[in-house]
Amino acid sequence: MAASPHTLSSRLLTGWVGGCVWYLEGRAMQESPREFMHLFRSVRKQWMTFQHFTFLRRMYVTQLNRSLNQQVKRKPEPTASPFLERSSLAQAKAETCAMRPLPPPHLPLSRKPNDKELLELESASVIEGSLDVGRETKDEKQWKEMKLHLDDLPGVLARLSKIKLTALVVSTTSAGFALAPGPFDLPCFLLTFVGTGLASCAANSINQFFEVPFDSNMNRTKNRPLVRGQISPLLAVSFATCCAVPGVALLTWGVNPLTGALGVFNIFLYTCCYTPLKKISIANTWVGAVVGAIPPVMGWTAATGSLDAGAFLLGGILYSWQFPHFNALSWGLREDYSRGGYCMMSVTHPALCRRVALRHCLALIGLSAAAPVLDVTTWTFPAISLPINLYISYLGFRFYVDADRKSSRKLFFCSLWHLPLFLLLMLTCKRPPGATCAGGDSGLPTW
Amino acid sequence: MAALRPCRRALVSPLCRAFSGPGCQLAPERAGERRDTAPSRVSGFCPPRKSCHDWIGPPDKHSNLRPVHFYVPENESPLEQKLRKLRQETQEWNQQFWANQNLTFCREKEEFIRSRLKAKGLELRTGSGQKATLDAEEMADFYKEFLSKNFQKHMCYNRDWYKRNFAITFFMGKVALERVWNKLRPKQRKTST
Repeated sequence: MAASPHTLSSRLLTGWVGGCVWYLEGRAMQESPREFMHLFRSVRKQWMTFQHFTFLRRMYVTQLNRSLNQQVKRKPEPTASPFLERSSLAQAKAETCAMRPLPPPHLPLSRKPNDKELLELESASVIEGSLDVGRETKDEKQWKEMKLHLDDLPGVLARLSKIKLTALVVSTTSAGFALAPGPFDLPCFLLTFVGTGLASCAANSINQFFEVPFDSNMNRTKNRPLVRGQISPLLAVSFATCCAVPGVALLTWGVNPLTGALGVFNIFLYTCCYTPLKKISIANTWVGAVVGAIPPVMGWTAATGSLDAGAFLLGGILYSWQFPHFNALSWGLREDYSRGGYCMMSVTHPALCRRVALRHCLALIGLSAAAPVLDVTTWTFPAISLPINLYISYLGFRFYVDADRKSSRKLFFCSLWHLPLFLLLMLTCKRPPGATCAGGDSGLPTW
Repeated sequence: MAALRPCRRALVSPLCRAFSGPGCQLAPERAGERRDTAPSRVSGFCPPRKSCHDWIGPPDKHSNLRPVHFYVPENESPLEQKLRKLRQETQEWNQQFWANQNLTFCREKEEFIRSRLKAKGLELRTGSGQKATLDAEEMADFYKEFLSKNFQKHMCYNRDWYKRNFAITFFMGKVALERVWNKLRPKQRKTST
């Protein structure tokens, strides 16, 4: 499950983001002056190119790793030749190491054997020696210097901040912004976009900072930068601070204090509640669902300045979506969770896990019907979203009944395309201005 | 990871107690017991003389953690030494915990599979000679049981890990500031004279 969701999700992301941006551009053309269009088009081109480039680069690296063995840069030859016998190799290394101010290594010859034993030991070690030397030399090649190269830094920071997840979070915020009533304000949108992105980067970095030994023990997360020693914990925390402070400042003073407060709250909820709670109780899943629900609410409050019913509806949609998505994913990771000490429903309460996933699939149908009632969309929306909602509910039902890996994977992959499509349909069915029952003034941004 | 044989108990106990809360006196005793069950990895690796950075190795086969070979500069300050010792000791402590955890998991998993197969009346190996396994749904009982059995142990470990992680990062910050200050100070002397 490790490789394919990433490539699939990045393709979907490109498509989803493209769709979202196309819609926003359409809105901008209707409402904003022509100057903005030029800026918008150039931003879009750069961003699409970046997404495609990242996707292609990742595909290339995956192919390269498959076809070649990973070439490790040879470290300079040690003082001792690697082809000595094992015992003398250990001694030679002891000498070279002792010359540097290190505590002396423990030699395997510290006990006092008698002569016969010593002869046997020597002969055995000669035979083993050549094999072990081969293994040790190969082992030595895998040691890497913990020196940060500036060329690697962007890639390392991208992985530290879980850039793909951040991109998805920012897309849901954009959807929230776009769905909110009122004229589209491009500067406000860009500030919200950047501010939320920075806040998400900060939260994800702190999460990785807390989880190093656990991430080392799970297949899905064992290649993260802190686990591989590509960045120090101090640098990770500094990076997180350098993202959080400007991010929250942008949201508070550039957009509005409500959005800033939601941003701070979400960072706190993710790093200080969700992350530790993963080891304590299954309640972490519900907290995590709230964390996922807040970004579209932030998008809405950025556009309108207030927490309307529409904001809660969007939050509710993302909240409900988290359950089929995460519960299905966690079904295949039960062994890793159990060994790592993670309290997840899939391990401790499997029936509840499946029941909750199905329940929230059905809730999505209800929430799509609530959208026109709350003047967020027209009545077309529940009608055209019904097929995809019914499909995910069907897969949720299959997962509930079958409770096997196959049905969990189907549900997980469906959730990956269901959300972007759902939000896109919402955008296309947005209630046009002037047709709202709520009235004209709905808290336009003051600046 | 060269060179960490000086009496581990002497290193582990005081620092463990310093970082464990009052409810976690289990840690030093457990470290003592675990030394016998989970062998720590000793690598013959020695970094090149020219390098003045730490080196990180491949994941350990028992603990899945990557060992770090710490660089000791000639003019190591007391603060730098304190940081290095803390990192070395935390590395040992983590290694012990996870190696033990993973080995226990594998052992108990094997026992569970064996007992379930026996209860079903099946052999441990199939006709083709391959190891018989249980499917994911049967293993789910084992995963649930293992998680609840180790819950308290994980609580203690998590609390210690958070404390150590914060302490290491805090000292790294202090060391970084100290180095910046040392770099600035000779310049100040030059400008004043």
